[in-house]
Amino acid sequence: MKMPLLKVEGVSKYFQDPRSKNEFCVFSDLSLSVKEKEFVAVLGHSGCGKSTLLNIIAGIEKSNGGVVFLDGRQTVKPGLDRMVVFQNFALMPWLSVQGNIKLAVKAAYPEWDKASIKQRVDKYVEMVNLTEARNKKPAELSGGMRQRVGLARAFSVNPRIMLLDEPFAQIDALTRGVIQQELVRMWEETGITIFMVTHDVDEAILLSDRVLLMTPGPGATLAEEITIPFARPRTRDRLVEDPAFFKLRDRIVAFLGHRQAA
Amino acid sequence: MSNSNPSTLSVPSAAAAPPSGGAAAGKRIVLKAVDSGPPRAAAGGLGQRVGGNWMVLSLFCLLLFLALWQLYSTVGNEKFPGPVVVAEHAWYFLSDPFYDNGPNDQGIGFLVGFSLARLATGFLAGSVVAVVLGVILGLNRTLFKALNPYIQVLRAISPIAWMPLLLYTVQNSGWTALLVVFMASMWPTLANTAFGVNNIKKEYLNVAAILQMPTMSKVFRVILPGAGPAIVAGLRISMGSAWVAIVPAEALLGSLGLGYFVWNEWNNLDIANVIFAILLIGAVGVMLDMLFNRLAKSLAYTD
Repeated sequence: MKMPLLKVEGVSKYFQDPRSKNEFCVFSDLSLSVKEKEFVAVLGHSGCGKSTLLNIIAGIEKSNGGVVFLDGRQTVKPGLDRMVVFQNFALMPWLSVQGNIKLAVKAAYPEWDKASIKQRVDKYVEMVNLTEARNKKPAELSGGMRQRVGLARAFSVNPRIMLLDEPFAQIDALTRGVIQQELVRMWEETGITIFMVTHDVDEAILLSDRVLLMTPGPGATLAEEITIPFARPRTRDRLVEDPAFFKLRDRIVAFLGHRQAA
Repeated sequence: MSNSNPSTLSVPSAAAAPPSGGAAAGKRIVLKAVDSGPPRAAAGGLGQRVGGNWMVLSLFCLLLFLALWQLYSTVGNEKFPGPVVVAEHAWYFLSDPFYDNGPNDQGIGFLVGFSLARLATGFLAGSVVAVVLGVILGLNRTLFKALNPYIQVLRAISPIAWMPLLLYTVQNSGWTALLVVFMASMWPTLANTAFGVNNIKKEYLNVAAILQMPTMSKVFRVILPGAGPAIVAGLRISMGSAWVAIVPAEALLGSLGLGYFVWNEWNNLDIANVIFAILLIGAVGVMLDMLFNRLAKSLAYTD
């Protein structure tokens, strides 16, 4: 069998309460794997530790035990092979749209000449339909446009895997649908594997191949794995006509709700 | 850290955005501020709309000051030169700013030039050291905590207080004047840079880490622009304190410049010239500050 692209093995995270000095467990001994070109979502309540898990995979947070493998190699530091798309966009506010993407392209391809860099930047600015806004600063853009920059920045360096941390949580509902479709389109075009964490059940079902349900912390676990059966291309309109969608949705909501109550 | 453009103001989205949100809801709607129309909360300043009245008030204050001054010099102290006399002296100096009659008699333009050159040299050197140190301290909390008490002590010392020690050590008045400016330029920039670097959002540093940026490009592409507004604010205060320090330094050291000029005219007991020098020092200081205001605007960003 083919080796998974991303493998998380027995990862644990503890936090220490700064006042009481009590340690509490965010999650312990957590394992998962993601195959090449797969779109996997971790679905869980806010504060269940799913963003912490993503940050550990990205290398920007330390775990208290456990190992993350990418392409069979243990990861120790953050790197260009695991680009993160942040919930709050994390764009450099002093750089324009193309400036932000250029920052990434330059870092990923330091040996490239100016023309090649510009070509690459233009391509990804166009990919997210921001050519007209390319000279604008993030503060002049809507949330949806900002996250397009975040996506373009991540895709532009051609990472092995994209780590999406509730990427659409701060975007208004109508724009969210559009940008979700754009993400799927870019995922299909580039063939880059995506690992996303979200608390939006519909989003997880609409976008992913596989959903991992995370129980609320402390001591969170990945309790269940669901393979999404719906054929692509999926659209929200078509999904809501399918009774199977609501069945699946109810099952997930019941699972998360039940765990929440317990 | 951000500086909103005072000529634009954002309208509360509830009033302008479609009720259901929509694609435009997240967009900031920016309108040109117009002089007519109902008063709105302005984006910057004191949150009040200011009409042209401030100019009238400002002019009134100036006229009041000049009148009181004239009154004092006519009835209070007849030896005290009034505004008209000072204006005549000013005209005398300003009409021929660039003459050179030997080392002790040079045009006012040259004197301003000497002071500015001294300021620029000392300030530039002090700022480079301060920014470099500030970045290092801003990135290293332990080092910052260890050195902060000394910085606080050092910055509390008037640069003029160092003068005897510097003069004794370097044995040269020209270098001493430069070092005084250097010392005066250091502390606000150092403190502000360390603060600005330390307060850069963690997410920007995370992005730099994910992009595996080498240290130097991280410093120049992320840290310095991120701390830019704070650094420029520090430079601006530093420039002010350096300009304040340069006058007594030149006066005491006898280095040609505006400080020397004011002290020399005091020794000549020419009070009208002293007043002219005071006003000139103020005017040059304001112009320097305006320069930094421009720089600050070009580096400001909105989160």
